[in-house]
Amino acid sequence: MQKIPSHTKARHYGMVIDLDKCTGCATCMVACYSENNVSFRDDESVKLLSINWIQVYKLTNGKPFPDTEVCYLPQPCMQCDGKDFGHPPCVSVCPAVATDFDSPTGIVSQITTRCFGCRYCMAACPYHSRKFNWWDPVWPADMQNYLSPDVSPRMRGVIEKCTFCYHRFQQARQKAYAEGNPEDIGEDDYQTACTQACPSGAITFGDLDDPAHEVYKLKNNRYAFRLLERLGTNPSVYYLSTRKWVHRACDNYLENEEPAAFANKQA
Amino acid sequence: MKIDRRCFLSLAGGLVAGHLLSPVPWKVTDDLSIWTQNWPWTPVPETGPVTWKNTTCTMCPGGCGIKVRIIKDRVIKIEGREDHPVNRGSLCPLGYASIQYLYGPSRVKSPMKRIGERGSGNYEPITWEEAITEVSGKLGDLRKSGKSHTVACISGSDKGTIPHLFKRFLEAYGSPNFIRTPSAKDAHETAAYLAQGKKAQNVGFDLENAGYIVSFGCGLLDGCGSPGYQFSSYSRFDKDHTLVQVEPRLSNTAAKAKKWMPAKPGTDGALALGMAHVIIKKGLYNRNFIENHSFGFEDWTDDDGNIHMGFKGLVKGYTPSMVSEITGLAAGQIESLATDFARAQHPVAVCGYNECTVSSDIDKTLAVHALNALVGNINQPGGMIVFSDPEYNLPEVEKDQIASDGTAKPRADRAGTAEYPQTRYLLNMLPETIMGANGNDLPIEALLVTDANPVYTMEDNETAQEAFARIPFIVNFSSFMDETAQFADIILPDHHFLEGFRDVPAPDGVGKPVTSLSAPVVKPLYNTRNTGDVIISIAKSLGGTIDASFPWNNYEAFLKQAYNDQYTDLSRSGYVVSADKPAPWESAFANERGKYEFYPTMRHTAGNDDKSKLPDFRQVDIPGDKTNDALVLIPYKSPRIASGAIANPPFMTKTIDADMLKHERLFIQVNPETAGKLNLKQGDAAVVKTPSGEATVLVDLFEGIMPGIIAMPAGLGHTAYSKFIAGKGVNVNALLKPVFDPTFGLNKAWGIRASLQKA
Repeated sequence: MQKIPSHTKARHYGMVIDLDKCTGCATCMVACYSENNVSFRDDESVKLLSINWIQVYKLTNGKPFPDTEVCYLPQPCMQCDGKDFGHPPCVSVCPAVATDFDSPTGIVSQITTRCFGCRYCMAACPYHSRKFNWWDPVWPADMQNYLSPDVSPRMRGVIEKCTFCYHRFQQARQKAYAEGNPEDIGEDDYQTACTQACPSGAITFGDLDDPAHEVYKLKNNRYAFRLLERLGTNPSVYYLSTRKWVHRACDNYLENEEPAAFANKQA
Repeated sequence: MKIDRRCFLSLAGGLVAGHLLSPVPWKVTDDLSIWTQNWPWTPVPETGPVTWKNTTCTMCPGGCGIKVRIIKDRVIKIEGREDHPVNRGSLCPLGYASIQYLYGPSRVKSPMKRIGERGSGNYEPITWEEAITEVSGKLGDLRKSGKSHTVACISGSDKGTIPHLFKRFLEAYGSPNFIRTPSAKDAHETAAYLAQGKKAQNVGFDLENAGYIVSFGCGLLDGCGSPGYQFSSYSRFDKDHTLVQVEPRLSNTAAKAKKWMPAKPGTDGALALGMAHVIIKKGLYNRNFIENHSFGFEDWTDDDGNIHMGFKGLVKGYTPSMVSEITGLAAGQIESLATDFARAQHPVAVCGYNECTVSSDIDKTLAVHALNALVGNINQPGGMIVFSDPEYNLPEVEKDQIASDGTAKPRADRAGTAEYPQTRYLLNMLPETIMGANGNDLPIEALLVTDANPVYTMEDNETAQEAFARIPFIVNFSSFMDETAQFADIILPDHHFLEGFRDVPAPDGVGKPVTSLSAPVVKPLYNTRNTGDVIISIAKSLGGTIDASFPWNNYEAFLKQAYNDQYTDLSRSGYVVSADKPAPWESAFANERGKYEFYPTMRHTAGNDDKSKLPDFRQVDIPGDKTNDALVLIPYKSPRIASGAIANPPFMTKTIDADMLKHERLFIQVNPETAGKLNLKQGDAAVVKTPSGEATVLVDLFEGIMPGIIAMPAGLGHTAYSKFIAGKGVNVNALLKPVFDPTFGLNKAWGIRASLQKA
């Protein structure tokens, strides 16, 4: 585990996504493509080959008409802390130190120019959050003009993934330094593109350890849970749902086992 | 010299040691690592000072405020504008992805003249002067030969100054044929006219203040109407808000609704009447409104002493048990829905605004409007809001004899004629009229198309395409190479909305009279021109009274004059809200009695009996044979597919789920029970057949769709634009067919009978 430089305030950025609110409109996905120079191809229907930093999955409760229910699940990189705050599954396997755990923010970095494409991290990630560039990106016509200078476009042969819009954190930090208050990065100063874009207000982002931040309250909600929580990956992304079947769909429960949020209720 | 083993080894060892001591291997390794990571074809975006500019998105009729991030002269990103009254920060995926249209491959980069077959996309670039001379020459010839009334304009909207310029042009030129493409507005404005007396009104719903919303099949969260407005209203819902969604398919809206009521398709009108029955029976209606501001609620006697049935009398028959039989919903459910609705704070009933099913059933719309009237929620916070367009400050059109004669001729689409006197636009009638005419006497000799893509969006698409192919001269003003542009003889490309001026009044379905301004944030990239400027140029080159009717040098001057003293506010803040409060009941109703007419006395009907005037439930007989086509196909809207005149940009196509599209094949949603009967499994290829056409699709088993109903997403199956959308899926419009209302001519079809068979 890295030692946190003493002059930097340690933060633990994380996200809470309200699944009861998410409409599955995919605005977060499009805003992310635009923010992070994500490439596209003419056929994107094979999702294993499609590059998405956040992907909206569709879950159904499997009940017949008219008792059917649908829930949409937006899934960015879970920015796992690992068991001991610093060893997410992907970081442990990377032979190139192309991905690392950033202790001051709790964000798992991805340095694409260091990556040599062994894809160990892709295999290690239980959430399919990491995507491989099988082809060189192509921006047809004049589309290169819309590329943002804040995020390097990737090349063939490297892995990419969600970085919680780390460049926005850098900008916020720069601004804070310029204003003479390096510690003062407020909740509004640093928000990810998907959080801002969500037209339904389903995504909340902030410092999970800061009681003044909205995410602090939300992650302690009774109905908060994390994906495959019992693997011990310790994700920084929480989900909210009042529906039991959604909790069940997001982890491997035994048939007669109750999801945590509902097990205590009976007692 | 003999090379022995010892000598060889010394030499080899010396070479290796020498190399290692030299910089060569280190240099090669270093270069290799640089070469493998420094690929010249990977772009390095240029950096520079960042600016943000506000403008308005015009990709759909939603009118959302946006802010645009610009670095030097490059547009980097679009985001929703938090301080805009329509969307308050929310924005749909199409808005975010619209930068891909600015720089994308489907832009028309200069005026074009067709050199190949229609639809082949073979064009050569011409200059603006040549293009304008060609168009005005052709229009001038038609006018001279007394055929000015055979010129038509198809526009995606009739609001705002650009459509106004087209209307003005046709008036000065001498044609009655300004035609708006079909949408839910048709039914809403007709119903508002019949019940409230004013023509061409905007009907919006104040969703941001509503407490209990009953949506009759509106895709509120599926990208219909003004997605930004609806999403932002929804984002502020808390546990006290209720959204009830009535539709046979578990749409995104239904999935998010507190209650999903899967009524049989096409029975919404009966449900509305059933709710009215319960509300009246339990006395839950707004007595003040009913007694003082409405007419035709109770039975009434006309001047000749004839007694007429009122709305109350009509709904008497719509008992919960009878409505249950029609809709398939439980009687108890209907009763509690009506009670909850009437007792709620700010209840509102909405219908229409489902841009894929352009069903304009006047009876249903009147019945839904009547529900809002019953609970006294017309022009009230959280209710149904009816308001007029902004009035433009413009001089009268100058008309010569040809213009007066031409505009007096009956319209080619038969709207406003003796047949359909109360309808304003009937584009769906046009193909039939064109196909019925003989070659020398075509009702349309020249067609101008703006902000519309009728060759793609019209139902019974094959017939529509044949009809368009018969029109001798088509001019298109599209910025993009869409299907209709590929039919055009001349393309006069408009700017992308980030490059030009345009006003955006009365966004679809928004419950307040907001007018926004779309202003350029970057210089035009290509040789395009604002459509307003082009119309003024064409008018000027036609000369005479037409020229005199357009005394402006350019569109901006015209826009400034039209908005007069409001223009300063409009350009400074990017929007104006014309009236803070909607018209109060005392002055809202413009008919003779000054009241909301539950019994629409003005309604044009075939018979003169009360039941045909009142919004009675009349089952629409959708096309197809009941025995052979056992299933019913309905189109559905997905927020990830732009289904209007503009197709999906690549980013949106990238978000389409794997259960909607596989390579070029589209999935059709089928209930497992239905699929079992047809022996179909998940992913099977199948042929869907309707009276309009057939297509090969893949089967997606979805429990959330009513058995017997099959559903296809709208907005796929494009043939134009670029390889990022063309050739993917099936155009559902090619499988649908309109059913015309006998007295309004509007399309009432909500689906079509179909068969599905294993391919």
